[in-house]
Parts: sequence; structure tokens; C-alpha cells
Amino acid sequence: MMETKNVMIVGVGGQGSLLASKLLGVLLTDEGFDVKVSEVHGMSQRGGSVVTYVRFGDKVYSPIIAEGEADYIISFEKIEAARYAKCLKKDGKIIVNSQSIDPMPVIIGTATYPEGVLDELKGKGVFVDEFDALALAEQAGNVKSANIVLMGRLAKYFDIDYDKWIEAIKNTVKPQFVDINIKAFELGYNY
Amino acid sequence: MKKLMLGNEAIARGLYEAGVEVVSSYPGTPSTEITEFAAKYDEIYCEWAPNEKVATEVAFGAALRGVRSACAMKHVGLNVAADPLFTLSYTGVNGGMIIFVADDPAMHSSQNEQDSRHYAIAAKVPMLEPADSTEAKEFVKEAYRISEEYDTPVLVRMCTRIAHSQSSVELCEREVRELPAYEKNPQKYVMAPANAIRRHPFVEERCEKLSKLGETSFLNRVEMGDTKIGIITSGTCYQYVKEVFGDSVSVLKLGLVNPLPVDIIKKFASDVEKLYVIEELDGIIESHVKNMGIECMGKEMFPPIGEYSQATIRKAFGLECPECVSADSDIPVRPPVMCAGCPHRGLFYTLAKNKITVLGDIGCYTLGSAAPLFAMDSTLCMGASVSGIHGFNKAGGEDSAKKTVAVIGDSTFMHSGITGLVNIAYNNSNSTVIIVDNSITGMTGHQQNPTTGYNIKGEPAAAVNLEELCHAVGIKRVRVVDPYNLKEAEEAVLEELAVSEPSVIISRRPCMLLKYVKAKPPVKVNCDKCVGCKMCLKLGCPAISYKNGKAEVDYTQCVGCGVCTQLCKLGAIEEN
Repeated sequence: MMETKNVMIVGVGGQGSLLASKLLGVLLTDEGFDVKVSEVHGMSQRGGSVVTYVRFGDKVYSPIIAEGEADYIISFEKIEAARYAKCLKKDGKIIVNSQSIDPMPVIIGTATYPEGVLDELKGKGVFVDEFDALALAEQAGNVKSANIVLMGRLAKYFDIDYDKWIEAIKNTVKPQFVDINIKAFELGYNY
Repeated sequence: MKKLMLGNEAIARGLYEAGVEVVSSYPGTPSTEITEFAAKYDEIYCEWAPNEKVATEVAFGAALRGVRSACAMKHVGLNVAADPLFTLSYTGVNGGMIIFVADDPAMHSSQNEQDSRHYAIAAKVPMLEPADSTEAKEFVKEAYRISEEYDTPVLVRMCTRIAHSQSSVELCEREVRELPAYEKNPQKYVMAPANAIRRHPFVEERCEKLSKLGETSFLNRVEMGDTKIGIITSGTCYQYVKEVFGDSVSVLKLGLVNPLPVDIIKKFASDVEKLYVIEELDGIIESHVKNMGIECMGKEMFPPIGEYSQATIRKAFGLECPECVSADSDIPVRPPVMCAGCPHRGLFYTLAKNKITVLGDIGCYTLGSAAPLFAMDSTLCMGASVSGIHGFNKAGGEDSAKKTVAVIGDSTFMHSGITGLVNIAYNNSNSTVIIVDNSITGMTGHQQNPTTGYNIKGEPAAAVNLEELCHAVGIKRVRVVDPYNLKEAEEAVLEELAVSEPSVIISRRPCMLLKYVKAKPPVKVNCDKCVGCKMCLKLGCPAISYKNGKAEVDYTQCVGCGVCTQLCKLGAIEEN
């Protein structure tokens, strides 16, 4: 029996984590896995810290991922990667967009943004793949496609055919956004 | 055909397949998508009602007429709908009727953590609780069968993790149902004392029968494994139990959580060495088991607070948890905030600046209570701002009335604010009410409401005119301001507070996230002019931060609302 694989998608509310998890859900279901995707709706979507869980395997029970269980953490923002790092498995991988978005306590000066936090994690032996997904998204034609750039990067580590990802993108996003998102995916994949 | 569906989407599919004709709801996280997905089926009539009481009564009317109906709400919505619920238990139904209620353990988006199962017990109606999307759909069909066979409304309890988790669902055809002829039956449906007295014994008998149903129904099932440990559980907790123990322990999974069975629990308890009950929030199953004189471990091991996970169970049983690493640096919290360009921000800035006491309400604008504005003194429940300010001012007198406002959103005002305003006018209260009208129900993800001029399908609909409504209930002073214009909004607030009669200020500007609202180009900080005084940071806009001694605007977030440009005395923030 295949061990359940766990992917966490984390970021700041409004960055597009729901589309990324939808894409993964469609892809993995098409691949024949039992899949569970747990999303965040409502208040935390208003610029708060958000987390989406994607789990797949032969049989998935819990919809959520607990400490030390994630194979991958895909983060739209630097400190959000660090916030959920405790959920990473010992040999898990963090894929992170190098963008910093100050949370309100930093904006109003009651806290500081820990700039070196990803290096700190690397120092502890954590695998961190950090790159500027926002710049690639702009190159693709829309800053909002950073979510799909990150999915492209994740695809590098996944054992699923490139074409199947493209198929899943076509089945997930609105027709008018397919081209931009495929470009974003390619840029992330080939980075 | 199989499809990955949210629990709420699977519920909607169940409504479709069960041949449901009428669905009426008020949005509330985590229940909203049930009705949104149901509205995608042309065969089902769906609507947003002004509140959950109305929605439940609409569903009652449809059930009375003989069709299958439903309403959906969040846990606190059931408080509003409790009045019809308790007597619906007496009348029973003609066509089947389900009330979906979605609990929010951990309060991802709620003001309390109440456990809806208490309502099923108190109203003496059956309650089903699915554990994933497949069950969500199947339980809907079974709930209609139970509703019609036992002549009762049925509660179906969801929680955030079932409602907002996607799992695979097998799609089936829609059941075709004929509209039956209507037959008048006042003895059953007119709940005046003479009739209600005769219906109460029926309710008690029904409870007995439903309790027997629980002994044999597929809704409750035993999965025997090793008998050293036996676990009684339901809903999402079942998934956590299976995640940790797989098939290595024995599990009694309850899908009918009210009334709870007796015999299968007795048998299960006698078949296992040690019995545990694992349920989120209150120890309801546990109390039932203990009342039967059966020993078990429940809330001694598991908290009555928050959401569980597989980790909760591992820790409680002293099992090894996976290794993990974490950063040593402090990671600052990232609370939700009003969006960049949110029309509410300018208004709350004005209220904070003038140190005005604010009785708040439920919606996106509750975020006005957060740092750095801290512009809210209370938030209780839907509509409590308008009712509460009247009591506050009657108690505090004129001094209080001159520096206190109520703030309520357009949808919340329609839900429960109107009656409070009637009370203000009727009982001669010198209160100032601000309706923050962003032309949508915001926090739950943009649902239409009676003020927006569109129905759930986005078709044109009658729109309540807030100004005329306020006049009609007896408020003479009603004025409209644009919250993007700080000066105009401040003048209005100070003038209305100064007068000795009730007034309503409608702070009107559509939500920036609405598709038809076009963003302006982002503003820019002129670094030669900016002296780093941090005045603009007082707005608490997520697009403005402080970098290298100057303000900086994040062009990916800024929508050019221009509120910050009005604050900067040096003109350092420039519009493009």
C-alpha cells in the first residue's frame, strides 16, 4: 500500500492558494489517487496567514496535515514558509517564493520581519528551494499567476508527466487565463 | 462518474439527486457553498434570504406544500432559526426537510464555538453527521427518507473540516418527484395550544422510534479490529482516529448523532477492553455513554475547545509524534486585515482619530477592531450594534450619545439591524447608526443580499432602498457619505453625533474586490518628500509598509483608493 503523500500550500490570504490546490486535486484525482484537499474560507482569507492541505495515496483519512508530516510545503511568501516549517517531514522539501509581505504587526512596528529565517532553516538541514516566482509570473503576463509558477516548480519534484499537468491546468482555470497560466507553469518548471 | 468535491458541494449534489425543489439560506462560513453550489442546478429553486429564521420558514412552507426543501446556515445562524426549529419538531413535515448547520471548531471565521448537537437534543429532532464528501451526499438522501418516514425536520451537522475539504464523490441521477395535491391539515400545522398539546406526545414517540432506527441504520457502523481499544466517534474525528490507528483498534462510528443508540453502544462496550469517546467540542456522546453506566474516557483526555487532528489523538494516547524542525526566530503573527482599498478603512480611521466608542457588528468591518485602528468596543452577534447602542446610550445619557456610534454592514442590517433601528426610533433614542454599505455580503465571499439589486443567480431583483427604509421606520436624519473622502465622512460623523435626535449615516462604496469595481493605478511614494513620519501607517493598510526610513507602497496590493494621499500632509504619496 502506498504511503499517503502530503503537500501544504501556504501563503497570505488572497494570493491564490485555492486555485493551486484545485489544480493539484484535479491532477491527482485524474492519476487515480484517493485525494483529500482541505481549504480555508472566510475571515482568514482577508490577508491573514492561510494554509491548504493536499493529501493523496491509496486511502486518505484525515483531511489535514499535522507536525512532521508534510512531504512538500509550497509557500507564496517567506515567513509563511517558516511559520509552517514544523509541519515538514524530516526529509521534506520547502519550495518558496522569495517575496516578503509585511504582516500588520511589522507594518505598525510592534514586530520585526525575520529576514534571515530561511537561511536559519537551511542551516538546520532543511531543503529550501527559494526563487522569485513573482518575477516569473510577471514575465508570464500576470502577477496573480505566481501560484501556477510555484506549481510548475513542484512538478519538477513530482513523478507525474508534464503533459498531464498541462491538461489539469486546462481543466482548472477559466479559458481566457489558460495561456498565461501554462506560460507561468513552464517558467516555474524550467527555472 | 467520480468527482472531487467540497463537502458543501457534495451536499448540494445530494440535494439535486434527492429531487429537492426549494433551498433558502443566509450565507455564513462554513455553510455558504451548500447554497451556492445548489444554485448551479437549474432544477432547484435557490435563494438568499435576509436571515436564517426567514430561510428556515421558507423551507418549512415548501415542505408544507409537499416538496423536498432545505436551508443551510452556520452554527450561530441556528440560534436565529431556533424559533421555527422547535415548533417544526411538533408540526413535522409533508415533503422532507433538512436544516444544514455548519459548526466551526477553532473559530476559523466565527464569534463562538457552540456545538449544534445541543439543538437536536433540545428540539427532539434527528441529526446526521457525515465524515467526508461521499457520506455528505449519501446522508442527504437518507436524511430525506428519515424526514418523510418519521415526519420530522432533520438536522445535518457539518463542521469546517468536512464542509471545506474535498474528497471523491460518485455522481448519480436526480430522483424525479411529482408535486402532490395540497391537503389542509390544521390539527398538524396550526400550533395553537389545543393542537400542540396533541403533537407533543407524537414528538416523544418519534424520539423512541428514531432511537431504535439508530440501532440498525447504516448510519452507525462498527469496525472491529483489535479489542484492547474501542473508540466511539463521529464526523471528522473518525478520520483522525483512522489516520492514527488504521484498522488496529475497534471503532464505533456514529452517523446518526441524535438520538444516540443504546444497544449497539452497550454491545460495543462489552466487546472491547477499554472504551474511549473522541468528539470535538462538547462531550455529548460521552455523557450519553456514562449515563448508561458504562465507563469510558473522553474529555479527561481530549479538550472541549478547538479543532482536533491526528496529532491531538497521538498526544492523548502517548504515541510517538513525527520528528520536526522549526525556526528559532520569532515569526510575527499575520492576522486577517481589511484589504487594501477596503472602503471601511477610512471610516474606522475617522472613528479612531476622534476616539469614538463603537458598538460593532459581524462582517469584514469587524476587522476595524484590530491593530492599528482598534476602532471597536463590542461585537456580539448579528444586529447587536444597533440594538446595543440604544441600551448603551439610555444607560450613559447624553454624554454617551455624543461620542458613540453603531457600525453595521448592509447585509447584517438586513439580517437583524432593522428591528434595532425601529426600536431606536420608537423609543426615542439619541443614537447614531452607521451602515457601512459595500453593496455585497463581503466576509462570506460576495453573496448578493436584498440591498444589492441582484438575486443568487446574479439576475436583477428588487433592491431595498436603505435611505427610504430608515426614513420609513421613523429616522428623520439620514445621510450618505463616501468613505474614501475622509473630510466628508468626518464632518458627517461629528455633525450627527452633535444633534439630539437619532440619525443614520450610510457610508457607501462597493467592496474593492467586486469584479465591476475597477482598481486605479497604485499610488507612489515620492522619496524626496517623504520624511518617514509614519502618519500613513496609522491607516493599517496592508499595501503600505515602512522600509529604510520611508513609507513604501506595494504595487501588487495597492488599488489606488487614495485614502492615504489625504493623510500625508507633505503630499509625498502621489497618485499615478
